[in-house]
Amino acid sequence: MTSMTKHMTRRSVTNVVMLTLTGACAFLTVAVMFYILGYLAWHGGRALSWNFFTKLPAAVNVAGGGMANAIVGSAKLLLLACCIGVPVGILAGIYLSEFAGQTLGSVVRFMVDLLNGVPSIVIGIFAYTVIVLPMHTFSTLAGGFALGIMMIPISVRSTEEYLRAVPSSLREASLALGAARWVTIVRIVIPAAFRGILTGVMLALARVAGETAPLLFTAFGNSYWSTGWTRATASLPVMIYTYAISPYDDWHRQAWAAGLVLLALVLVVNIVTRMALARKMPLSR
Amino acid sequence: MASVGTVHSGNTVNVKSDQSADTPPRFSLPAKASAVASGSTRFKISGLKVLYGPKEVLHGIDMEISSNVVTAVIGPSGCGKSTFLRSLNRMTETVRQARVEGDILLDGENIESMDVVRLRRRVGMVFQRPNPFPKSIFDNVAYGLRINGHKGRLSEAVENSLRRAALWDEVKDQLHKSAYALSGGQQQRLCIARALAVDPEVLLLDEPCSALDPVTTAKIEELLFQLKPSCTIVIVTHNMQQAARASDFTAFLLEGRLVEYQSTPKLFTTPSDPRTEAYITGRFG
Repeated sequence: MTSMTKHMTRRSVTNVVMLTLTGACAFLTVAVMFYILGYLAWHGGRALSWNFFTKLPAAVNVAGGGMANAIVGSAKLLLLACCIGVPVGILAGIYLSEFAGQTLGSVVRFMVDLLNGVPSIVIGIFAYTVIVLPMHTFSTLAGGFALGIMMIPISVRSTEEYLRAVPSSLREASLALGAARWVTIVRIVIPAAFRGILTGVMLALARVAGETAPLLFTAFGNSYWSTGWTRATASLPVMIYTYAISPYDDWHRQAWAAGLVLLALVLVVNIVTRMALARKMPLSR
Repeated sequence: MASVGTVHSGNTVNVKSDQSADTPPRFSLPAKASAVASGSTRFKISGLKVLYGPKEVLHGIDMEISSNVVTAVIGPSGCGKSTFLRSLNRMTETVRQARVEGDILLDGENIESMDVVRLRRRVGMVFQRPNPFPKSIFDNVAYGLRINGHKGRLSEAVENSLRRAALWDEVKDQLHKSAYALSGGQQQRLCIARALAVDPEVLLLDEPCSALDPVTTAKIEELLFQLKPSCTIVIVTHNMQQAARASDFTAFLLEGRLVEYQSTPKLFTTPSDPRTEAYITGRFG
């Protein structure tokens, strides 16, 4: 009887300790998130004004400057990054999940993980070497290319995971109806995994949206509008970096605002895409 | 006439290939099975071996399956029933290391040399667990028609298939709802409707009722009976009562070998092999 009570006590103590520990860590994660969000909203929100979205950066000590060029620049960079990273990533993910043999598959998978682990600044140097040097100019193209490369491994692995999660019974059902393999993949497997694949792409996009290092010597920066794709362009992360390390209070406030706008940009893209697709495919699980 | 044989020992099957339709069968056929006399041979299987990697699952099966009858395949778990069924429409090929030896002739044509897409259109399959696509009820049934370039009115073909699967009355007002909204039994009948939509000559069913309640099971058995004039049916079942109720012929598989293949009443009343008797009387399996 006593041993049983003792056992029960130990068990309930373990329970309380573990529950507290796991709960506290979960709370800590959420708290950090809210702290960052709150801080960003508080400092950034105060510096936000209509001018921020419509005006070019002003000279030091001149009031009323904005970051219109950096917002457009970031949007262009991310669009280009998606054009490169998403198709390559998704198609490679489809290959890994549906076609690759065991040996080749694990080799490719390992390489993709390696690419994911390459520091972003090294990706920047790579883009600098293959695009900036031959073209003799910093450009949106080079920056978008660097970000696109960074999106590839994340998209590949998430696409592969979500395609693998599609039950093989669905594949069998389609094949047994006389569907060719590619028909099965295009009409059954990919639609069933579509939301997951999209989530992966969104994560990849959010991940590269805030990248600064690969843009420093590819997109470089620009105090003015950058037209076309082959000129140096301003971008929000680089602006945040430049403004945050400057000695001016006004620029610090603008950096906070830029941080908030960057976050909002990613969120808006995320929500809009999800809503558009949710309406289109109400039946997927 | 149906080719039915008894197995005297091991894997040698003594098949009587009596082709003349009017010759009375050697054993006395009960009224139910006498309709079979008009059925011709649909599948002629000889020396069928299936290996998964180094493991041989089927050790040489010789069997003939008549058209427009229900043939049941029974046996304990792991005896190779499902593998046998899946080799009839080459679904074994979806398993990477699977190898098939021996010949399977469908209406005299070797299925190995047939285009697999064409084969699976002629030989449909229904799986153990209902596996509707994450699409609407309508799209589930229409899928096979769409991928095969169906000409004519889709909605008529869909209605017809749903009627044949005895599901029309239950779903006619909700054709565009998700198939996942249906109950398990309805989903399984939807899968049957989906398979019937492409008008297969043979329908393979792999334990179609194992996940269903008795009422739904009875509906599906009734359905098999109605399909008989238009379809050759091979059903793998774990349930001996089901085989006895719903089939005209029964094959008993044990450890990858065909032990006995008889008209169903004969197999269940006077089995010629002691192992069959042991199995059907519940002494093992």
